[in-house]
Amino acid sequence: MSIDSLDPDDVDAADILGSAIERREDPSLLTGDAEYTDDIQLPEMLHMTILRSQHGHAEIEDVDTSAAEEMDGVVAVYTHDDVADESVSRDGSLLIPTGWLLDSLRQVDHPVLAKDRVRYQGDAIAVVVAEDRYVAHDATDAIDVSYDRLDASADPEAALDGEAGQLHDDAEGNVAFDWEIGDEERTEEAFDDAAHTVSLDLENQLLIANAMEPRAAVADYHPGSDELDVFMTSQNPHLHRLLMSGVIGHPEHKLRVKAPDVGGGFGCKIHHYADEALVALVTRDLERPVKWTSTRTEGYKTDAPGRGHVTTAELAMDDDANITGLRVDTKANLGAYLSTFAPAVPTYLYGTLLSGQYDIPAIHASVTGAYTNVPPVDAYRGAGRPEASFLVERLASLGAREAGVDPAEFRQKNFVSDDDFPYQTQVAVEYDSGEYGKPMEKALEAVDYDAFRERQEEAREEGRYLGIGFSCYIEACGLAPSELAGQLGAQAGLWESSLVRFHPGGTVTAFCGTSGHGQGHGTTYAQIVANELGIPYEDVEVVEGDTDEIPQGMGTYGSRSAAVGGSALVKSSQKLVEKAREIAAHQLEADPADVEFAGGEFTVSGTDRSLGIAEIAQQSYLAHDMPDDMEPGLEATSFYDPDNFVFPFGTHVAIVEVDPESGEIEFEKYVAVDDVGNQINPKIVEGQIHGGVAQGIGQALYEGAVYDGNAQLLTGSMQDYAVPKSLHIPDMETESTVTPCPHNPLGVKGVGEAGTIAAPQAVVNAVTDALQPFGVDTVEMPMTAERVWSAVNGQATADGGDEGETDANADSDAAAETGGER
Amino acid sequence: MAEHDITLTVNGTEHELEVESRTLLVHALRDELGYTGANVGCETSTCGACTVHLDGDAVKSCTLLAVQADGASVDTVEGLAEGGDFHPIQTGFQQEHGLQCGYCTPGMMMTATDLLEENPDPSREEIREGLEGNLCRCTGYQNIVNAVENAAETMGSGAVADGGSVEEHADGDAGCASGSSPGAETADSCDVRWPDEGERR
Repeated sequence: MSIDSLDPDDVDAADILGSAIERREDPSLLTGDAEYTDDIQLPEMLHMTILRSQHGHAEIEDVDTSAAEEMDGVVAVYTHDDVADESVSRDGSLLIPTGWLLDSLRQVDHPVLAKDRVRYQGDAIAVVVAEDRYVAHDATDAIDVSYDRLDASADPEAALDGEAGQLHDDAEGNVAFDWEIGDEERTEEAFDDAAHTVSLDLENQLLIANAMEPRAAVADYHPGSDELDVFMTSQNPHLHRLLMSGVIGHPEHKLRVKAPDVGGGFGCKIHHYADEALVALVTRDLERPVKWTSTRTEGYKTDAPGRGHVTTAELAMDDDANITGLRVDTKANLGAYLSTFAPAVPTYLYGTLLSGQYDIPAIHASVTGAYTNVPPVDAYRGAGRPEASFLVERLASLGAREAGVDPAEFRQKNFVSDDDFPYQTQVAVEYDSGEYGKPMEKALEAVDYDAFRERQEEAREEGRYLGIGFSCYIEACGLAPSELAGQLGAQAGLWESSLVRFHPGGTVTAFCGTSGHGQGHGTTYAQIVANELGIPYEDVEVVEGDTDEIPQGMGTYGSRSAAVGGSALVKSSQKLVEKAREIAAHQLEADPADVEFAGGEFTVSGTDRSLGIAEIAQQSYLAHDMPDDMEPGLEATSFYDPDNFVFPFGTHVAIVEVDPESGEIEFEKYVAVDDVGNQINPKIVEGQIHGGVAQGIGQALYEGAVYDGNAQLLTGSMQDYAVPKSLHIPDMETESTVTPCPHNPLGVKGVGEAGTIAAPQAVVNAVTDALQPFGVDTVEMPMTAERVWSAVNGQATADGGDEGETDANADSDAAAETGGER
Repeated sequence: MAEHDITLTVNGTEHELEVESRTLLVHALRDELGYTGANVGCETSTCGACTVHLDGDAVKSCTLLAVQADGASVDTVEGLAEGGDFHPIQTGFQQEHGLQCGYCTPGMMMTATDLLEENPDPSREEIREGLEGNLCRCTGYQNIVNAVENAAETMGSGAVADGGSVEEHADGDAGCASGSSPGAETADSCDVRWPDEGERR
């Protein structure tokens, strides 16, 4: 089923919030009128390219740039010492900082250009600036680097075991941090007393975001004013401005960061990379505009990948199949240096979600962060939440099997019950609101569960293997409040800022510090503001993504925009209405307390005397008849700092058929029932779910960054890394339940990452359900045909990918017969 | 590097320009002529964000040399709307929420219009096959398939175009045609073959 789009002209003003209106962003995107960063052409603009390490780990013996410098059209070549020169760096640190500090964190230097050692394939060594992008690439190829190669590893366990050698002097044993959460002793007792236990060894593989638009930046320095403009593929321009300001030594108030149209982000455009700092340094040094555009293959080597966990997890249950304990040990791949939010992702965004939708009385998780020879790892769609949800939902399916309970029933009996909200988990967070049974019931109905189990039996008798997989996920988004984030190590606040400005002519511009890149904020924010002010939707314009226009902001990531940014817009709108109410009361000669506001009109209670808000706006700028001491104008700014995270949830169910002869998997059905709180625009919500599920299916079946034993990336282009195509993603059925968030003014939660968090385990659980007759309880992601076939046939895969072992399948006769358990 | 004088007729307007032998068509269009609607998403003919029509057929302009297009007619997304009216494919994408970030969208629409010209009434499966040379990371494809169905219905109702004419494909030398005839055996020799599961590590 699909939601029909509406023309905004056909929607009553009173219904604008919550209507599935068409996006106003689309016309410029559909006509080629949109402006992405690489579309920007400035007079006298130069092109910059970056020479990157060929090797995963090496000492740099020599960098010979002479041949490159002599080429026609080459303007300049920079190496580490050149950018470190005071005339270029000013007082910059030239070190890329991390934005999240854990107590045990061992920070290491990450220079914008490698000094004497490279630590991943793609580490930046030198920069070429030329009149033409082709010449710049030619000259980059002409730079001769002599390396002395060192041991390298892309694997966190190997790095911690010392197989990769020592990456940094300041991080003994390649340990970036040790972190734990929960109660170890109580958890141990739960396992001692358990009637059933299951354990699972899993790898949550390293993924590459693959936003369709590669990262890019255009920088333009104005020497007369010392102003420096950077147009770039950013999810958070203010954050980029703050970080870049320190790296290159340029005052924030003279640095403008603007995100033009941005072709997707999925996390990889949050973080501050050396590349954009280098463009800014170079334009300031040469005093000419400079453009850098990543190629796709360059992106594979440098965009921050996500996930990268190696985990052992165990679940304890009593003899009535109640979950009594969860124990987790994770080795998290952080890559060669610490990216912007890297330390937060495998800790506070992961460990705090390990209770899932379940009432688990004892949980303990320990996480070791490992430096390895891959690019700095950071947030990718979902960021920590998918890793948590995957292991909880895999364990739920294995636990149900071990306890001899149907997997749907097992989940239902262990859900946090509706009466227990707000629910304090054993891993720090307090769930705001939820009714976990409802999406599950809708999903069971949509797949006709009882009938499916009968069909499954019949099919097995015919030699066909159908499977059903459940995923009852939870997500925490709208990370907040700032005080708590600060206590946990954040180096920035997590509020959002907005400005709502009435113009004298009666139209409105709403500025917000979030920065959309495909989510349709121009539409949804206009819906919010039009609703709050009671004015026509068409009269509201939305501006995002420009530090010169918007007072402050934190950007778009972690599904925070509607919950935090949208709430900031509500807060500013309400402030604005209060000022307008005072002006209206003054002009209507009434007490402000007696002036009601509804549908854009201020009315004196019990009378027909009224003034429209647009008219008040005009009066506020005329300023001929204002209350005493009131300033002219009608606009309001706010900073909204939420009380808590928001916790969307839902149930996704996949039904697949697996061919044990070939290992191929086909979807029969995919049902997504999500509760993201109130919906501002159901069509946009549906689109976000579709896209998220596709990325989750990508992780389950196709995607994964593969490195060899020298940390050389084997999946270095779109020909090698399988971004799913149209043929690989099934049509999905989407449905919703609505449990409003109780602590923000819109009652919204978040939707951007939900599908990606939910889908992988739905698919893996479905495949392992299908393969029960073969005793197969685990298949590692991505579940390639080879891995599935190998699991069925009890063979090791070439890459050793199917190493999962569970107590459940250890008990299975079928597993022993097929050799499925090793 | 040798320079060549070439002529490109882009969306009906003739342009004379000088390019190097190695200049890619997409860079000639974007950097030399200012048609920035075609986007570069990969350099391997895999993602299709750069798809334009060359003498009526969808091609990937990131792996086609500008000199190969000398004398040809090139249609880009900028030429889809006529006289301010959206082409049915643009309306379809808008109505079905077939785009989010929009980066793949010009290429998707150029492939889709070629597909619909060859098969005015495709099944969902045929649409999915026809679009396999164009990657989208935002939408999960479902609404894109809906958008193409929507456009097929509009065009089939006689609102636009002849619907029935099938133009010959540009010959193989002219680059990597995407959007080959649905259901045909991989007519698209340059399109990247999806690795079989067993081949992937």
